[in-house]
Amino acid sequence: MSKDVLIAARDLSVHFPLRGLGFGERPVVRACEGINIEIEKGSFFGLVGESGSGKTTLGRAMLKAAPISHGEVVFSDDEVTYDLGSLQGPELKDYRKRAQLIFQDPYAALSPRMTVRDIIAEPLEVMGLTSSREETDAKVREIAAKCRLNLEHLRRFPHAFSGGQRQRISIARALVSDPKFIVADESVAALDVSIQADVLNLLNSIQRESGITFLFISHDLSVIAHTCDFVAVMYLGQIVEAAPTDKLFSETSHPYTKALLSAIPSLDPDVRGHAQRLEGEIPSPINPPPGCRFNTRCPHAQERCRQEVPEWREMSSGHHVACHFSEELA
Amino acid sequence: MTSPLISVKDLTLRFKTDEGLVTAVNNVSFDIAPGEVLGLVGESGSGKSVTAKSLMMLNAENSVYDDNSKITLNVDDREFDVLSLKRAQDQMIIRGGAISMIFQEPMASFAPAITIGDQMVEQLLIHSDMTAAQAKEVSIEMLTRVGIPEPAQRFGQYAFEFSGGMRQRAMIAMALSTKPRLLIADEPTTALDVTIQAQVIELMKDLVEEFHMSILFITHDLGVIAQTADRVAVMYLGNLVETGTVRQVINSPAHPYTRGLLNSLPKLDDLEAPLTPVPGDIPSPLDRPSGCVFHTRCVESDAIAERCRNEIPLTTIDSANHQVACHLAKQGDQA
Repeated sequence: MSKDVLIAARDLSVHFPLRGLGFGERPVVRACEGINIEIEKGSFFGLVGESGSGKTTLGRAMLKAAPISHGEVVFSDDEVTYDLGSLQGPELKDYRKRAQLIFQDPYAALSPRMTVRDIIAEPLEVMGLTSSREETDAKVREIAAKCRLNLEHLRRFPHAFSGGQRQRISIARALVSDPKFIVADESVAALDVSIQADVLNLLNSIQRESGITFLFISHDLSVIAHTCDFVAVMYLGQIVEAAPTDKLFSETSHPYTKALLSAIPSLDPDVRGHAQRLEGEIPSPINPPPGCRFNTRCPHAQERCRQEVPEWREMSSGHHVACHFSEELA
Repeated sequence: MTSPLISVKDLTLRFKTDEGLVTAVNNVSFDIAPGEVLGLVGESGSGKSVTAKSLMMLNAENSVYDDNSKITLNVDDREFDVLSLKRAQDQMIIRGGAISMIFQEPMASFAPAITIGDQMVEQLLIHSDMTAAQAKEVSIEMLTRVGIPEPAQRFGQYAFEFSGGMRQRAMIAMALSTKPRLLIADEPTTALDVTIQAQVIELMKDLVEEFHMSILFITHDLGVIAQTADRVAVMYLGNLVETGTVRQVINSPAHPYTRGLLNSLPKLDDLEAPLTPVPGDIPSPLDRPSGCVFHTRCVESDAIAERCRNEIPLTTIDSANHQVACHLAKQGDQA
């Protein structure tokens, strides 16, 4: 493993078996299949895709919160190296300190019966990171200040806060154990645009100041483009294209990424109706199409796409794509 | 000039709550012409949905309309005073007759235990003198029109058997089957993926042309507005702060709040541009700021802050019919 990779997935698959009919093979939801990604230390890694593409499952597998059916996920910081597949006991507990999650809906993620102080202090107490109440309080105040919550806020309950403030509380809770790696799963999707910008700026400044590595999951390419320095595009359980942000937008190679980009409504009222429409909807992950999984919706699909699984190829330095015809289509 | 399809004048709506009267909509006036798409934009809590629901008298029991409020609907040379319609049979014209509505969450808007087809037929039987067989035919035709494959089979299915995009299409088919003059679309694409959103927007544009309907399109997404609306009204804390054509509002916004919304949007053609949030949160409607309601979050009001804090800005209107309610805007004629 090269030195500056914090967490890497190799040939990772996550399958969820369903209850069968009692005969034949049990159906399996193939949520993630053959994923290869490396997240560098201190980077802001974006993961984008439609609902049902498996991006949340991938994020959870990297936190060991989803079963790893095949392949491996390796986490390695300056102190420890963990193979998540076999991690358990005290080592797993230690990993929980190093890797944290920020949820999508700040209304559901905070207990209504705990004060903000208690919410932020809970990880410290559960993980035994502080030895006295004074120490806990000092740490909570420090983190709260970082997330622009004032001391007055700490005594209140979550219902007194707006969506943006609640999301800042969730961020504070994730930061309090000094993690190395944070998965932010659709953390701004439930917020108004004016608040969304505020939370994105906060996440970016935390990343700059403390060097925490982020896996930022979103369905919104324009949000990803503004916050992340590396982007992976997911479709039906597989990564179809991954590149540094500027390359992904200047040298878009996969037809799915192109369709996603053109589906974003333009802010210019004079540019109307140029969307390259994608027909149909994402197929079921129980029974994905053979060959390239995108072939049922791809405007350029040919016979080869229906039979042969496209290889994960490097187009240029750091820019990978899984498509048979990306050169011709570029 | 032809008379507007619907005209909202000085609409003020309060809710009776335990904590007193809460003003949800304050002195809102706008017109929608036949065939026009009006976009209504604002953050959550700005009163967009409540305004739209007033057009169909769908607000909760505890709502109180101000005496000056007036909503006039012009259909087939007849005028209806919407807010005075009290009996259920009189309200049929605004509830599915001339006005239909599609909602944000298509799963929550269909009855789960009645087939999609039965729900579509039911409203056709109420609003027209079709027989059940005719209504079924029309419903299947509408499902075909919105691009649902195998419509005859889908007609007998339940909402849970449809995917999100499919449900929203069925919702649109249902709303349009009675051929309304005005369609109220309340965040119709917010719960959908971008690729599905693009399909639904395209579909709505086609249908507006085909049926020559007007649409009141409610959304918080300015990109969606830029792609669909003819005119835009921007709402903040129950007030209309700016109204104009889509080009006026998006290309040369006159109100600091509109500028704030535009600056906080991530733009794909300029990745380096910083995201500038509108500072602070929308105040509680229980505690409306004095003067200009936006002054607590306005970054441009330093110069004449005194006036912004104390004096309610009047709506001014320029020669191109671009209206704005701000002390700092260039002085035009008072509306």
